[in-house]
Amino acid sequence: MTDSAVQQATRVAPAAPHDFQPPGFVRQVTTMVWRSLKHIKRQPEMLTDVTIQPVMFVLLFAFVFGGSIVIPGFIYREWLMPGIMAQTMAFSAFIVAIGLNMDLGKGIIDRFRSLPISRGSVLVGRSIYSIIHSSIGIFVMSVTGLAIGWRIHNGVGKALLAFGLLLLFGFAMIWVGILVGSSMRSPEAVNGLMFTTIFPITFLANTFAPTVGMASWLRTLAEWNPISALVQAMRELWGNGPAALPDAALPLHYPVLTTVLWSVAITAVVAPLAVRAFIRRTTD
Amino acid sequence: MTLTSTAPSGRARSSGAAIEAEHLVKRFGDMTAVDDVSFTVPQGTVLGLLGPNGAGKTTTVRMMTTLSEPTSGTARVAGHDVVREPEAVRRSMGLTGQAATVDELLTGRENLRLMGSLYGLPKAAIRQLSDELLERFSLTDAGDKVIKDYSGGMRRRLDLAVSLIATPPVLFLDEPTTGLDPRSRVELWEVLRSLVRDGTTLLLTTQYLEEADQLADRIVVIDHGRIIAQGTPLELKDQSGKAAIVLTVSHADQLEAARALLASHVPEVHVDVAARQLTAPADGLSDMTRVATVFERSEIVLDDLGLQRPSLDDVFLSLTGHRAEPPAGATADTTSSPSPSTQSEESQS
Ligand SMILES: Nc1ncnc2c1ncn2[C@@H]1O[C@H](COP(=O)(O)OP(=O)(O)O)[C@@H](O)[C@H]1O
Ligand SMILES: [Mg+2]
Repeated sequence: MTDSAVQQATRVAPAAPHDFQPPGFVRQVTTMVWRSLKHIKRQPEMLTDVTIQPVMFVLLFAFVFGGSIVIPGFIYREWLMPGIMAQTMAFSAFIVAIGLNMDLGKGIIDRFRSLPISRGSVLVGRSIYSIIHSSIGIFVMSVTGLAIGWRIHNGVGKALLAFGLLLLFGFAMIWVGILVGSSMRSPEAVNGLMFTTIFPITFLANTFAPTVGMASWLRTLAEWNPISALVQAMRELWGNGPAALPDAALPLHYPVLTTVLWSVAITAVVAPLAVRAFIRRTTD
Repeated sequence: MTLTSTAPSGRARSSGAAIEAEHLVKRFGDMTAVDDVSFTVPQGTVLGLLGPNGAGKTTTVRMMTTLSEPTSGTARVAGHDVVREPEAVRRSMGLTGQAATVDELLTGRENLRLMGSLYGLPKAAIRQLSDELLERFSLTDAGDKVIKDYSGGMRRRLDLAVSLIATPPVLFLDEPTTGLDPRSRVELWEVLRSLVRDGTTLLLTTQYLEEADQLADRIVVIDHGRIIAQGTPLELKDQSGKAAIVLTVSHADQLEAARALLASHVPEVHVDVAARQLTAPADGLSDMTRVATVFERSEIVLDDLGLQRPSLDDVFLSLTGHRAEPPAGATADTTSSPSPSTQSEESQS
């Protein structure tokens, strides 16, 4: 009691709060990205999905199947590279979903929500991070590819266009990741869902083997798969594979345009759902 | 608007109340977690929100810190409405939630930098404040360690340090000492007292009566979402029964004489022969002064004479019909799980 009496007597004006402005959106987002990059520093094994795993795929496919899959006029190893890169970019969805879901499951999201910042900064930060994460994978794979004989044959402009398409597709996949990450209750559930959907979808395409060998209904499905258009576009732009066969499905005859359309369509449909799921998850 | 401009002038406008809750209600489905809760916390004081597990403390704090929208009712923090001006509220307050809200994979210093940046503090200020806060919470040596390697007590202290990085004038702490060992608890109390001395307004929730007694200027007791009592710790103790005069006689052979003397001034005396102790109900200090005078004039030698008030434990029992949880002194480093008895009471309701 005496203690509180003393406090009463010595109570002074509140500590002057430090003079500051709430941070702008850019600083909010860069701070979120900084945080995610620190996570990699603490757990470098987080990068295995975009380093060891795709490199292993490159080597396995190139050397194990390389002998039995023949692409007339092209080398299988070179033909393979765009496929594996597209698969890695599709996994951005996975990265963003896991990261976001882990944040949402912890008290730290409450901390973020109690700060004078936009809730969107968590999303944008996670998204930019996942592009960085995937780009590390693309870089590692490019180096691996170069080491085993992969080359870009059609000049800088087309090469950059292909990388641009890859990023655009990654951007669309991020929304899928945000939707899944905001909707699932645990990282394990995210893992399960992604592994049983995105993973097979990246195989049900022209990524690792030509679609001609498939049963006709499966071939149609594979050729309409957005990943096939992306892979076909990269192959043509980099000079790693032939133009689509005359009897291929329509999208593969206009692969660049189709990739853009698919990316825009996926974003247009999934983004509103994703934002809604995220808002619902962070409101109570 | 910057935080500075919400300082003294902003408070004057809101009649000196740093925190106001008006008829707050929160329903989850048809379950009412918070039921018509109102209170006011004057600037620079401490309010203890006391109640057992499941009483609605966290839900109340979440509504006042913009994390959860009230079903009805309003609240103001530093004069700002939590529903209409959530941004202004967020700029004026700090929160340490019940669950750990630090980033496990960052170091202590990095956590402070993360939150400092998100508050928009300049880098140099963040560095200086981080050093000060780590020092204040005895975490200087652990500042560059990853949180994963922190003990429960260290984590809790860092959590609090992080809430203080922007020097918020109003601070919400949800069960700040749950899971701490007794020594860490007392240390944390000291830090909280010094914050209040510097002018911070504090709302803390607790299941521990002793904690509310130690820190709070006023206590609001809630159970099943409703306020069942409020007042200063002293008022609450007075509510739940009378004080008693307790006196200890020095020589056993004077015990009977002492009893007779006391009985001539008060209606009822209880004798404990082994302890040479007499107990009598009293209305307050004046009764005790009277008794003291009487004994001073007599030949009877006393070891001790005092006024014993009921503990807040008694208060709680008389208000709610059940005892509050004892401090989890032995089980440090874990977030305390609700005791089976309180849980079964919750599910009955
Ligand atoms: N999000 C929620 N959905 C449904 N019920 C909830 C939710 N949050 C809290 N409750 C219920 O509201 C009551 C009060 O909970 P809480 O505020 O956490 O109590 P305290 O913090 O005092 O232990 C409890 O019965 C709890 O189960
Ligand atoms: Mg609680």
